[in-house]
Amino acid sequence: MASADIVVVGGGMAGLSAALEAAECGYSVALLEKEPFLGGRVMRMHRFFPKLCPPTCGLELYFRRLKTNPRVQYYTQATVQNVRGGRGAFMVDVLQSPRFVATDKCTACGECLAVCPAERSDDFNYGLGRTNAIYLPHQMAMPNKYAIDSAACLGQSCAKCVAVCPYGAIDLAEKPQTFALAAKSIVLASGWQPYDGDNLAESLGYGRLPGVVNNVTFERLAAGEGPTGGKLLRPGDGKEIQSIAFVQCAGSRDENHLPYCSAVCCLGSLKQATYVRERVPSAQVHVFFIDARCPGRYEDFYRKVAADPLVKTWRGKVAKVTRDEGTGALTVEADDSLTGHKTRATVDMVVLATGTDPAPARQALPGLGLAFDAFGFVLPDGLPGVHPAGVAKHPMDVAQSVRDGTGAALRAIQDVVGG
Amino acid sequence: MAANKVRLYICTGCGIGEALDAAALGAIAAQEYGAQVVTHPHLCGPEGGTLIREEREREGCQRLAIAACSGRVNAEVFTLDQTLVERINLREQVAWCHEPATEETQALATDQVRMGLVKLQKSDFPEPAPAVSQERVLVVGGGIAGLTAALEVANAGREVTLLEREPVLGGWLANFAYISPSTPPYREPQVPPLAEKVRAVQAHPRVQVLLGAEIEKAAGEPGAFAVTYKQNGNSAELGAAAIVLATGWEPYDATKLGHLGYGVSPNVITGVELEAELKNGGARLVNGRAPESVVFVQCAGSRDENHLPYCSSVCCQASLKQALLLRQQFPQANVFILHKDIRTPGQYEEFYKRVQEDPQIFFLRGEVASVAPDGGNLLVSATDTQLGRSVAVQADLVVLATGIVPRAAATLNLDYRQGPDVPSQHYCFADSNFICWPYETQRTGIFAAGCVREPQSVAGCIEDAAGAGLRAAQAVTLIKEGAALHPRVGDLYYPTFFLQRCTQCKRCTEECPFGALDEDAKGTPQLNANRCRRCGVCMGACPERLVSFKNYSIDIITSMIKAIEVPEDEDIQRILVLACENDAYPALDLAGARHSKYSAAVRTISLRCLGSTNVVFIADAVSRGIDGVLLLGCKYGDDYQCHFIKGSELASKRMDNVRETLGRLRVEPERVRLEQVTMDDWDRLPRLLDDFAAELADLGPNPYKGF
Repeated sequence: MASADIVVVGGGMAGLSAALEAAECGYSVALLEKEPFLGGRVMRMHRFFPKLCPPTCGLELYFRRLKTNPRVQYYTQATVQNVRGGRGAFMVDVLQSPRFVATDKCTACGECLAVCPAERSDDFNYGLGRTNAIYLPHQMAMPNKYAIDSAACLGQSCAKCVAVCPYGAIDLAEKPQTFALAAKSIVLASGWQPYDGDNLAESLGYGRLPGVVNNVTFERLAAGEGPTGGKLLRPGDGKEIQSIAFVQCAGSRDENHLPYCSAVCCLGSLKQATYVRERVPSAQVHVFFIDARCPGRYEDFYRKVAADPLVKTWRGKVAKVTRDEGTGALTVEADDSLTGHKTRATVDMVVLATGTDPAPARQALPGLGLAFDAFGFVLPDGLPGVHPAGVAKHPMDVAQSVRDGTGAALRAIQDVVGG
Repeated sequence: MAANKVRLYICTGCGIGEALDAAALGAIAAQEYGAQVVTHPHLCGPEGGTLIREEREREGCQRLAIAACSGRVNAEVFTLDQTLVERINLREQVAWCHEPATEETQALATDQVRMGLVKLQKSDFPEPAPAVSQERVLVVGGGIAGLTAALEVANAGREVTLLEREPVLGGWLANFAYISPSTPPYREPQVPPLAEKVRAVQAHPRVQVLLGAEIEKAAGEPGAFAVTYKQNGNSAELGAAAIVLATGWEPYDATKLGHLGYGVSPNVITGVELEAELKNGGARLVNGRAPESVVFVQCAGSRDENHLPYCSSVCCQASLKQALLLRQQFPQANVFILHKDIRTPGQYEEFYKRVQEDPQIFFLRGEVASVAPDGGNLLVSATDTQLGRSVAVQADLVVLATGIVPRAAATLNLDYRQGPDVPSQHYCFADSNFICWPYETQRTGIFAAGCVREPQSVAGCIEDAAGAGLRAAQAVTLIKEGAALHPRVGDLYYPTFFLQRCTQCKRCTEECPFGALDEDAKGTPQLNANRCRRCGVCMGACPERLVSFKNYSIDIITSMIKAIEVPEDEDIQRILVLACENDAYPALDLAGARHSKYSAAVRTISLRCLGSTNVVFIADAVSRGIDGVLLLGCKYGDDYQCHFIKGSELASKRMDNVRETLGRLRVEPERVRLEQVTMDDWDRLPRLLDDFAAELADLGPNPYKGF
């Protein structure tokens, strides 16, 4: 039976931080990630605020630390089926779904891509574009190994990839594996998902009006390796945008949706405004805030972006987005909280700053009686030996997730040493 | 001395075998370097890994070169105990990005193999770092962040000393009766979790508490800090391995806010002053009566270019809480909160909503222009910045939500050649300027937590302290093993200085981004190995070339440069690329992984940091007839991305020396260029390299070619 001092559930920024920091203190760690690659949500981001640096820079170092530290064992496509026991003596039942590609044999040479006839929606790019059924999730994917989407793969009747792989890495008959992990402590870093935009279809046009996208999708539109090669093209007609509106609190600070503030969307949209200004220098940007929430030194970033003459900031909640069927132009209508009047902006694209939903935490540790608040965030001191970290605990940005993951590692170590 | 025996494994998988003549590479390796050569079709696979390990066991060769994929992948397969392994990148940076089976591509691969083997032969195992004596964590500051750090570290099994300058523990929080809520249902002010923390710290067998103590001097290095402190008029010394800096904050000096009425009227007070009143029996009466109108002025000195440009993060929540407490004390009072934005992130939004439910608390958005006496009252005048409309509110009592100023300076009194303070990047906060490693101050082994690092709430300080505490505890473990801390965590190599040749020019001691080097009376550098982050900036700085690591030195790099064969044919270019291993080199790999093509004249050497570039590298390359040198480093400036803070910036400054050297050699300055790149630049790099090659072609061949 496998064992580790600490099990970390979730391989995003908080989970990776917890796992590596604990391992670098000398403790053994098993890191479980449900996707076929590590990095979580940040892996899909184009840049970080406020430095506008690429997440891949930080992840490069994270992955280097991981590859060279024998104390961390990581498992992708792995979810927890059940947990028994308590602090100091947990038993974690893990289900690992088949990758159908042996990670110790695949070299990521890419021979298989050319022969795979099946396609799937590219979930890494939030459904913008398609990949083959056999795919490398991302050019920086960790592990840098292909995977097969069994829902799209034609299976044994095709098996062209099996024939072409020079390294015998593909096994279409691979079965799910279950195994038990003994551990003394658990860090829960299950992260977040974007608030479900379908709930905003009626009012803000998400999924209904072409050209209305959410903020996470916009990250992929801006990414050089993304579906548009970094060109800011409107989904639907592919028009290069000349104007854009960012709708803050799209579903956040809203009793009908997420009552809390997601804490990162203001800065996220300001950051995305810089993508627009860099890619399309003549483009007009509108940002509709309720409040511009840029704490601490982030104020510098806010001031810098807001000082741009082509970035117009408004105070007011957007009530409605409509579309001109002829031109595809979108009109955003808000109640200006300063004037009490209605304001309107007509633009080529609308980005909804949808908030962070901690929903993945609900299913992350079946068998344990985790305590949640009314919004689904995990209470930090709810269960001895289990330490929520990152957005599972409350909305926070990347830097704070790193810090919180680091702190969770210390609390997990206390369970190991019995302190 | 006979050259060290090396064994070369050449992988022919992933198209390497088709693009290159592996046998010819092996023949050169055997002939020129005496290497034993093994060729394998799938070296990273289970059989390849087993083969390497079996042969390592059988042959006992301690130096292995793996000519295959980039060293960035398959590290787990190619890492062997007690073995020096050099990865030669034939895949991402040769076979995948150059025309297969051409003379130039083969020549590139041959040079890569030569460079790798030279490096391997000249590298050696690390020598154990000097032993250190201390294992204790020193926490400076007994506020909520320091208390938490001390407790969490002690609970993880480490000995802790908590040093507080006041005679009691608790810091600012001791003055607070309530804080804004951080637990469900997030609606009502909460009693701060202070008393139980103080009790736990005082009762903890592994925590030593020093009250009324101030640090006079902190000398030494991680693993061996010698801290002199003064307590009750006496000086004493303690030893520590790592330090958590949790010295907190002080309120912004309200006497600078005369335009907001502070000092003009006794009924204009700060939030901190109100806090103390609320804790000690309640807010003041105004002229013997309960105030009927109270105005909170948010961002009093914060978000203000003339005062504190940053947002102090906590004042919105503090004023919301104080407004509620005032309303409980004075049920008749109207409370106005004048703000630019209400900043209540996360679940604090619930608290904001709770306060909005109070029918006598009013929120007004605007910029406060003045607070002035008006009869017996005060008149608060504000401008609506967007409309230019003025608003005025009568008040009996005005509360200025003054911001927070970090207390970082003059707290540790470091006995470092570069000065007593932890350097600050912004506004005197002891932050790291890195998103991905927030706790590293610019002084190794010293980790900042709480408001000295950035303005934050009590709950934020508690989270922050656990993280900084982890890093301090980790530093103790790593230093004891002789290993480097972040970002080259676990690196067992450290620099040595051949001081006989030192001219006391002080470049190394001045340029080290981490203040690792002190000086003796003559100005000779004294290394504190555990302060070092192993970037090699000193190696790049030293004009006498006397700094080296056992696996990274002037000799190793110049030998690699000399291993590049420069063809006598003037039409065949050679370009040296010195690429930072952190961003530039991986970006080149990503370009290769996309099979982007670029000039095969490029020979890349990966550096720990561009700051370790010594001018001699460029002089050697140019005098050997290499047509151009391109330095690829991380971004510098305000938003620098250099992992070693100013390595790439220092490299750019040294370009002046480079131009001087080139002038002396009578070579055009355009032959050497520095570019800032990020990981995102994988799409720009091939074009950048080709453009550089084209410009060099326009200049014509390097005049030294053929010498």
